[in-house]
Amino acid sequence: MEPLKPFTGSIVAIPINDTDTDQIIPARYLKVTDKAGLGAAVFSNWRFNGDGSPKPDFVLNKPEYQGAQVLVGGHNFGCGSSREHAPWALMGAGFKAVISTYFADIFKGNSLKNGLLPIVVDEETHRQLISLAEEDPNTQVSIDLAAQTVTLPDGRKVEFPIDGFSKECLLQGVDQLGYLMNLEDGIAAYESHHSPRVSTLV
Amino acid sequence: MSSNYPKTLFEKVWNSHLVRPQSADLPAVLYIDLHLVHEVTSPQAFSLLRERGLKVRRPTQTIATMDHSTPTTPRGADGIIPVVDDMAIKQLATFTQNCDDFGIRMFALGTENQGIVHVIGPEQGLTQPGMTIVCGDSHTSTHGAFGALAFGIGTSEVAHVLATQCLLQNKPRTMAVRVNGRLEPGVTAKDIILAVIAKIGIGGGTGYVFEYMGEAIRGLSMEGRMTICNMSIEGGARAGMIAPDDTTFEYIAGRPHAPYGAEWDKAVAQWRQLPSDEGAEFDSEVVLDADELVPMITYGTNPGMGMPITARVPDPDKAGDVSQKMALDKALKYMDLQPGQPLLGKKVDVVFVGSCTNSRISDLREVAKYIEGRKIADNVRMLVVPGSQRVKKQAEAEGLHEVFKAAGAEWREAGCSMCIAMNGDELRPGQYAVSTSNRNFEGRQGAGGRTFLASPLTAAATALNGYITDPREMVLERA
Repeated sequence: MEPLKPFTGSIVAIPINDTDTDQIIPARYLKVTDKAGLGAAVFSNWRFNGDGSPKPDFVLNKPEYQGAQVLVGGHNFGCGSSREHAPWALMGAGFKAVISTYFADIFKGNSLKNGLLPIVVDEETHRQLISLAEEDPNTQVSIDLAAQTVTLPDGRKVEFPIDGFSKECLLQGVDQLGYLMNLEDGIAAYESHHSPRVSTLV
Repeated sequence: MSSNYPKTLFEKVWNSHLVRPQSADLPAVLYIDLHLVHEVTSPQAFSLLRERGLKVRRPTQTIATMDHSTPTTPRGADGIIPVVDDMAIKQLATFTQNCDDFGIRMFALGTENQGIVHVIGPEQGLTQPGMTIVCGDSHTSTHGAFGALAFGIGTSEVAHVLATQCLLQNKPRTMAVRVNGRLEPGVTAKDIILAVIAKIGIGGGTGYVFEYMGEAIRGLSMEGRMTICNMSIEGGARAGMIAPDDTTFEYIAGRPHAPYGAEWDKAVAQWRQLPSDEGAEFDSEVVLDADELVPMITYGTNPGMGMPITARVPDPDKAGDVSQKMALDKALKYMDLQPGQPLLGKKVDVVFVGSCTNSRISDLREVAKYIEGRKIADNVRMLVVPGSQRVKKQAEAEGLHEVFKAAGAEWREAGCSMCIAMNGDELRPGQYAVSTSNRNFEGRQGAGGRTFLASPLTAAATALNGYITDPREMVLERA
């Protein structure tokens, strides 16, 4: 994973409450055995008609919003299924951060493990960002994880929360598996007094 | 606080699985007793293990099954269930290879123990009180019905558990979900959980572990309790738990992986220590009265958009705020429903009985009881999909399959089927379904398909009439 450096990117808003992971990436795309190609299917049911033709009114199909790196989503973004294909698809489509007032648990955890930054802001900032994105497709924000800030076009800096551990992992570009592997002694010590409850092989 | 303070069921299981507690800077390291694996959310995790040259740390605490992308169509003359989708063929082959290479026991399509991952864990006796259980599937909350701490994880975490048997977790908060009183005839566990979710909303439980309690919960069978815990995630909670009791122990006893002899007695003695202590504190509480519940149904595009089956579709103009109005407008447009419209009498095209919510033997028996000797309506396609091959075998031993077939329903092989619609079982655009599954998201049961979530009883009554029907009349007739 690459370290997450400060960046400036344009925003696009899909301000729909309770946007579930079945919308972000429908289940029929989950038959893959890798992560490739999922970006092309992001929000597929909202982007395409049944015959595969694009729906011109959907914001991600509008030429002026191509290349957006920051998605402003609705409240409780990413609810539903645990599929990690949701952040993979968003990243595959070029997004580096999602801004909302609230994220579903599993989606948030999955995003943090992949370098897709879930940013929680207050309702007023959220409304402002949606308006800005809808009024001007060239609206850009700057995101600085180290400082935990989103800088709006008017220069206002909005702080966002993130747990310290995830932050360090993202800043250093290390994944959590390596960290867990280094805990071998502790895990072995735990197992020495916690006998397995079942054995699936017998 | 002293370690002797009254603890919740959740805290007891959490505390006993800490390899390392949470600190200000670092999440807790939680040990996992049982890891369930299926074909859809595991391939990228196995690839990561290969890239890093890692092994599966505890294959004996890992079990795998095929369920999501598998067809439920009848077996061929050779006894094999044919898979025709090239991507599914590749995914299942990859899964088989991964399980072989890493030494994981796997129940292959059509073999005697195969089925939906959340049906087979309890069925095999692998799901036991006090355990930590995870799976790359949000409905892992099902296993909490046994007093286990069970929750869904992403694929990165699947790799973590495969390689280390551990997860990094921040400690969730606890919410008591108290259901007082008793259910009236025709009202079921499914109606309880749909009512809970309608009350708290689809995100109302985010960050919490639920503990369901109260007289109505105590009165449920294990299969009813699994239905409730299964849908905890639809209220935003990763896990839902129910304290184990004699009902739990009776269900587990004698199953293939259950302890036996002196080990059984020892296990039960430990399990009896698990229920929340008198005076244990929860961070939040929600209370429902079962006496007042009627059969529930959803009208919208998330499981929180539910109402009594006798109610009318709500009016977006009366929603709490602008964003709620927008969400409701969008949902009603997708569902092609009008504010104020009753759902009773609404024609449907498909009735689906199945999924990890409602595909166990008691669900099938309930449906069969009311369908026996009758025909489903001409306008309805009805699929009955058992949760596992064992459920299927049991149902066939009881003759239930003949009841379904005689009524005009399709009797299928085991799997997730039309709950997630990635195996070819799907709604066509615009079709309406009453479904015993857990999600009514846009396109969940097939692009453009429209889902009403309800209980198996409501599904049965609806299939017979061809339109949405309150099951209570039917239940009273055959009481």
